[in-house]
Amino acid sequence: MFGLDKKDTSMLIIVAFLTLFAPFILNPFPTDSAMAQFNAGYPDLMQRFVIFGIFAIGFNILFGLTGYLSFGHAAFLGAGSYSAVWMFKLVGMNVIPAIVLSVIVAGLFALLIGFVSLRRSGIYFSILTLAFAQMSFNLAYSVLTPITNGETGLQLTLEDPRILGVSATADGSIPVTSLFGLEMRSTFELAVGPWAFQFNAGYYLCALILLAAFYLSIRIFRSPFGMMLRAVKSNQQRMNYTGLNTRPYTLAAFVISGMYAGLAGGLMASMDPLAGAERMQWTASGEVVLMTILGGAGTLIGPVLGAGFIKYFENIFSKINDNVLHSWFSFMPDGMEDAAVFLLHPFIGKGWHLTLGILFMLVVIFLPGGLVEGGQRIKGWLSRRKSKDSDTSSETNPAE
Amino acid sequence: MDAILLQILNGLDKGSAYALIALGLTLIFGTLGVVNFAHGALFMIGAFCAVTLQRILNLSFETVDETQTDFLGNPLKVKTPYVEAWFGPEFGGSIIDWAVPLAILFAIPVMIGVGYVMERGLIKHFYKRPHADQILVTFGLAIVLQEVIKYFYGANPIQTPAPDALNGVMNLGAIIGMDIIYPVWRVVYFFFAVLIVGGIFSFLQFTTFGMVVRAGMADRETVGLLGINIDRRFTIMFGIAAAVAGLAGVMYTPINSPNYHMGMDFLVLSFVVVVVGGMGSLPGAVLAGFLLGILESFASMNEIKSLIPGIDQIIIYVVAIIILLTRPRGLMGRKGVMED
Repeated sequence: MFGLDKKDTSMLIIVAFLTLFAPFILNPFPTDSAMAQFNAGYPDLMQRFVIFGIFAIGFNILFGLTGYLSFGHAAFLGAGSYSAVWMFKLVGMNVIPAIVLSVIVAGLFALLIGFVSLRRSGIYFSILTLAFAQMSFNLAYSVLTPITNGETGLQLTLEDPRILGVSATADGSIPVTSLFGLEMRSTFELAVGPWAFQFNAGYYLCALILLAAFYLSIRIFRSPFGMMLRAVKSNQQRMNYTGLNTRPYTLAAFVISGMYAGLAGGLMASMDPLAGAERMQWTASGEVVLMTILGGAGTLIGPVLGAGFIKYFENIFSKINDNVLHSWFSFMPDGMEDAAVFLLHPFIGKGWHLTLGILFMLVVIFLPGGLVEGGQRIKGWLSRRKSKDSDTSSETNPAE
Repeated sequence: MDAILLQILNGLDKGSAYALIALGLTLIFGTLGVVNFAHGALFMIGAFCAVTLQRILNLSFETVDETQTDFLGNPLKVKTPYVEAWFGPEFGGSIIDWAVPLAILFAIPVMIGVGYVMERGLIKHFYKRPHADQILVTFGLAIVLQEVIKYFYGANPIQTPAPDALNGVMNLGAIIGMDIIYPVWRVVYFFFAVLIVGGIFSFLQFTTFGMVVRAGMADRETVGLLGINIDRRFTIMFGIAAAVAGLAGVMYTPINSPNYHMGMDFLVLSFVVVVVGGMGSLPGAVLAGFLLGILESFASMNEIKSLIPGIDQIIIYVVAIIILLTRPRGLMGRKGVMED
């Protein structure tokens, strides 16, 4: 289906299912129950899941497929956000032109930076992108204040012209972002018994774009172009010696992943129309690296999983505090309860970054394929055990 | 003229911090071939060694002072640091006052220990893996170290003043008949940096240990085949590099109050410095550190800022990008090293 083989089609369908039914899947606990804090089915967070998913998919095309570790991808996200907000300020509140412009601007920006950075590979490439990202951050933060509004960040105001829209709504407030009149913030609530499911227009727009982005990335992975990128990753020198110029391929990969980042930035601004320089800082680029590695670089679904995982933990896990822990361990005797809470305390709540850092290190050290490889290993281990249990006699020993 | 001299001084000062961090960074790259993204975290740990010592020295007990009363007529409670009680108020007080310089003694063993554990426990396993993996794992380590510090010391910057005697300003220009008022501690920092750099260079140049390490940097395998345990020496060098970063952090605390993300802030700049100087070249790192520091402080002069607005914010990156593109091995890098 869609020009994909059976395995990829089923993966696409799984992702489609997960994204389209996310309001149900992320909302498994009744609203009043004690577990309700683990529900992630509210629009803000769901939007963040898919937007960072898109960002990570794009990053994966560069890092996972081509092997170039960029530490500057947040610059494209920031460029996308700024251009989307400018579109809202100048043209109108429709999200389509904003998203289109953000992809184009980020693509051009990536072309410029990629053209320069891709002259080097390895750590030099990482440091070049790092330098470019930090430079863009400083530009956005202070130098380009007329465009980026410096440290305050770019916001909508009542004085903006908005040629194709209104500067202010009838009641004198700033209009909201919309898709041909369908407001991005409009949310339909469905109450089923004790559950309350929220269906948000903005989320579904992002989810559909994520599906398109995911489909495109599958096609890129399976195309001859993708094969070429893999070849670059495994041995670029050999490619060059065979007389093939790899530069156009790597540059194309860089620009595509930059456009993905710009798309994510544009969507981010469409959901919440403001843009700030801190989105471009190099630690923000580090975040997408964490996502991709944690999920599994070079795999199709890994980056999406990683982005979801990190954003879920950032928002849900960090809300667990000592009181919650005390209630969890209340079945233990007093001393043990306190000891357990004391031991877990540094890793929860505000300390969740510590957990993330440790987890990330463990993944890099022991599981270079990320969560996806972890899942495959568990699956392989289970199926081996099963086959051992059911049939031990048919095991064949290869002839030496 | 005064203004230019002052900017050179400022630049040397900024450059001292860059040069010290970059020196350690390039020492690690030159010996072990590891790209250490956790080096900024080592700088930060050094700074927090000073904070820790300051806190230890300020540990105090409470006594009731009958001679003084508050406005309700109750006797006042007075806090006396243990150090003052043991050594007398005068000598004890000056010990507390000199917490930052004293922290050097405290930081050296701590930093060498941290470096040793880091190399043996983690980095050792990453020699054979690609540079990208080294960057990733040390980046993870940097996050972990940063969060641990945040957990113990909080997110706010912590004041760690220099000793009173070195806290004022001095007139540096008096000798040449000009008025150049400059903070004393920054002068101290510069000379400290020169001392450390000189120490490291002479250690590598004039001791047998240093000679073996230099030989190992040139050709690790051959040195190993001669029956020298080069791995152990490289581990020690890692410890020394960590100590250099740590000492740079200790002495930096009075200039800028330490906070938990100072490591990440310095890391990008120090990488830029290393790359401009030439990956793995020690003199290159020092030279580039001072050069970029001076360049940055000149770019922040009002005359230049009015010509090209915002140049002070991006000058270092612009220079780094130009250098990387025109001369990939950096100012003083060896020919053929990392020139891909």
